[in-house]
Amino acid sequence: MLKLVLPLAAAASLFAGAAGAQGMGAEDARHLLNRTGFDAQLREIDEFARLTRSEGVERLLAGTHTQARTPPPAWAKAWTDPRTVRRMGEEERRAFVRLQVERGLELKAWWLAEMLATPSPFTERMTLFWHNHFTSSLQKVRSPPLMLRQNALLRRHALGNFGELLHAVSRDPAMLVYLDSATNRRGQPNENFARELMELFTLGEGRYGEQDIKEAARAFTGWSIDLDTGEFLFRPRQHDDGVKSVLGRSVRTGDEVLDVLLAQPATAEYVAARLWREFVSPQPQPEELRRIAAVFRDNQYDVRAAVRALLLAPAFWAPENRAALIKSPVELVVGTMRQLGVGVSDPLPFAFLLRALGQDVLSPPNVKGWPGGEAWINSSTLLARKQFIERLLRVDETRMAMQQPAMREKMESLKPGARRLMQAMAELHFSGRDWLAPFEGREAMVPLVLLAGAPAGDPSGSGTDYLRALVADPVYQLK
Amino acid sequence: MTSRRNFLAASVAALFSTSLFAQSSGYRRLLVLVELKGGNDGLNTVVPYADDAYHRLRPRIGIRRDDVLQLDERAGLHPALKPLVPLWEARELAIVQGVGYPSPNLSHFRSIEIWDTASRSDQYLAEGWLARAFAGAPVPAQFAAGGVAVGGSDMGPLAGAGTRAIALTSPEVFLRQARLAKPVGAGRNSALDHILKVEAGIVEAAARLDAGAQFQTEFPRGPFGNAVRVAAQLAANPSGVAAIRLSLGGFDTHQNQPAVHQRLLGELAAGLAALKSALLEARRWDSTLVMTYAEFGRRPQENNSNGTDHGTASAHFVAGGRVKGGLYGEAPRLGDLDGGNLRYAVDFRSLYATALERWWGLSGAKALNGRFDPLDILRA
Repeated sequence: MLKLVLPLAAAASLFAGAAGAQGMGAEDARHLLNRTGFDAQLREIDEFARLTRSEGVERLLAGTHTQARTPPPAWAKAWTDPRTVRRMGEEERRAFVRLQVERGLELKAWWLAEMLATPSPFTERMTLFWHNHFTSSLQKVRSPPLMLRQNALLRRHALGNFGELLHAVSRDPAMLVYLDSATNRRGQPNENFARELMELFTLGEGRYGEQDIKEAARAFTGWSIDLDTGEFLFRPRQHDDGVKSVLGRSVRTGDEVLDVLLAQPATAEYVAARLWREFVSPQPQPEELRRIAAVFRDNQYDVRAAVRALLLAPAFWAPENRAALIKSPVELVVGTMRQLGVGVSDPLPFAFLLRALGQDVLSPPNVKGWPGGEAWINSSTLLARKQFIERLLRVDETRMAMQQPAMREKMESLKPGARRLMQAMAELHFSGRDWLAPFEGREAMVPLVLLAGAPAGDPSGSGTDYLRALVADPVYQLK
Repeated sequence: MTSRRNFLAASVAALFSTSLFAQSSGYRRLLVLVELKGGNDGLNTVVPYADDAYHRLRPRIGIRRDDVLQLDERAGLHPALKPLVPLWEARELAIVQGVGYPSPNLSHFRSIEIWDTASRSDQYLAEGWLARAFAGAPVPAQFAAGGVAVGGSDMGPLAGAGTRAIALTSPEVFLRQARLAKPVGAGRNSALDHILKVEAGIVEAAARLDAGAQFQTEFPRGPFGNAVRVAAQLAANPSGVAAIRLSLGGFDTHQNQPAVHQRLLGELAAGLAALKSALLEARRWDSTLVMTYAEFGRRPQENNSNGTDHGTASAHFVAGGRVKGGLYGEAPRLGDLDGGNLRYAVDFRSLYATALERWWGLSGAKALNGRFDPLDILRA
């Protein structure tokens, strides 16, 4: 193993030398880019290696945007009044449900397309972070247009202000459906939203009482949806206008509840801890976390300020925290395809793949989202990951094999989802030789680009075989 | 075939090796856990149909007296559970009412964590209760795995370092892919340790699993039916596993509960009936114990959305060829609620203690962090 560590370090210092003393160097650049984005290519790493850490972070922040570049599906603004659905006949309704399912898949494919093509992977990582924080699921919301609108909202505020995002998400129609706010009425409160608001969106578990939830739920009564338009609608007659006591404060409205929660130091700490686990390490350092939470609060919940403090914290760069996080399925799939430079014309089958890997985007398992970390990897998901990577590096062989009659027969026997994935994979092109060409004379950079740390095994071989051995190493699953 | 014979010979030899025998012969008996994800409504599963309070609390979603499948003069099953009636009549189905724990937590995630780790309500444990049990009393080395989580991506009670646990969707797919696993090198942080351990588990399990038996039994269509088929295949596998975890999701019925719950209970009952049928074919019904569990039951008072909110205690099923059928625990006391929720009568860890002590012959105290009385629901 030692013999592999040395070339890595040598390559990094060699590069730092070439880039000038103040540049962060290739190893740091790789770390910054891959922790905040999707596996970077050599050229991106070279670009960032010349910058200082601080300049690199600023470059990342400056590159973020508030709107997706991929044009939304044609039905983006379509809204169907649920009352008309209820009036539909059996067959018409079934067709309607089928259409929603298809559009849901289209939506997943749309987001994947954006992640694959975006010039700012950080924007998508943050959008995904908020999707996993303010979760909603197509499974329950059942309206792809509303889920698309929520996704746009999360992206718009992804690096904006957390307080504004919280207020906006609380009246987001998909969220209103997902956590039953739409049926939360005076005299008959539904506590679902109020509970998750405190447990998962702001304070974190154990920082409030059952009574706070009951009172908060009353404050949100009347927050509903206009069935004609699918927009947020406040229904004064369903609102309980009485005084409620939340965390010892007297409030009347839902917005006042949100402000009470934002005024709690626990909220900044809780969100900062989640950001830490996303970007730094599985275990936050208490003192550093308090510092970053204070920055977050002192900057009125400016997400940029918190992220900047986090990415410049010594812990982010600490050697013991390198290669210490497990790639999520999205990071693995999108990252691998971006890094290997395979163009994808139809991302839809890869949405099925993400489901098999345990991260069905836009359909999280429950309101807590994906637990992540080691929970990403069990025998079933690890094998599916390895199979995907192996196939991706052998797409050319697969394409040829698929011409064989025996293979065609086998394809026929697959489930439609798996067959479509095989076909989509067969349309991809990857040539190890072409990919390796820019490394000419800088061969030691190959493992540095592909792996977050020294390999666990002893990958050997040359050319494409070497590539295969590197991505098959367990360390390829880490970031 | 030779390798199969070798394994059998090895396992026979292992049975006679005294230390192993003392530790773990009990694991020849299989435990199948069925998680009802989202929190199953116990009151509409095992209905206290003779209690007026029940009908008062649930004027819209309550199960009508005429519709229940009566178990006795007070309790009846939801009509969708009809496939379980033959088990009940064969006295192979125990129904434990009022299962819960002190100071209940109403959050899905925290409460399932409490169930999975067998912790107190105010205690945070990292490892699943089965993982702890297997760490204390290892599953025989010739077993394909200690536990198998079928389908779902979380390991639940099997999560933890001390056990050989795998997750798979089907043995066929698992065996086809297993060649990709190569546990190499040493770990240097917990993330890499975890990956290497999973790789090693794959290699070990793949060496001992077969592609799975074929059954006459017809399994219900859908994911749960498939999971039941896989459980039966694993049970029939000659090198054995000690525990299998299945799950059926969707029980978080805040809205429009009647139709959803009807479908889910129907899937559950048809699945369990098929499991019994297949295990009889595999001659494993007498050496299998099936238990349901969930993070909580639901609130007795229906909500305004034709559903129920998170609650506390609930009823659970225990089934198997060695189960003494009947009603256990305590019928819900709807006149004596605690903040609108049921008081528990049986600690869930007593169910776990039953599996650990009475089924496997282990000491339950260590895995459960304390003494919990097992239930007397098994025949010798």
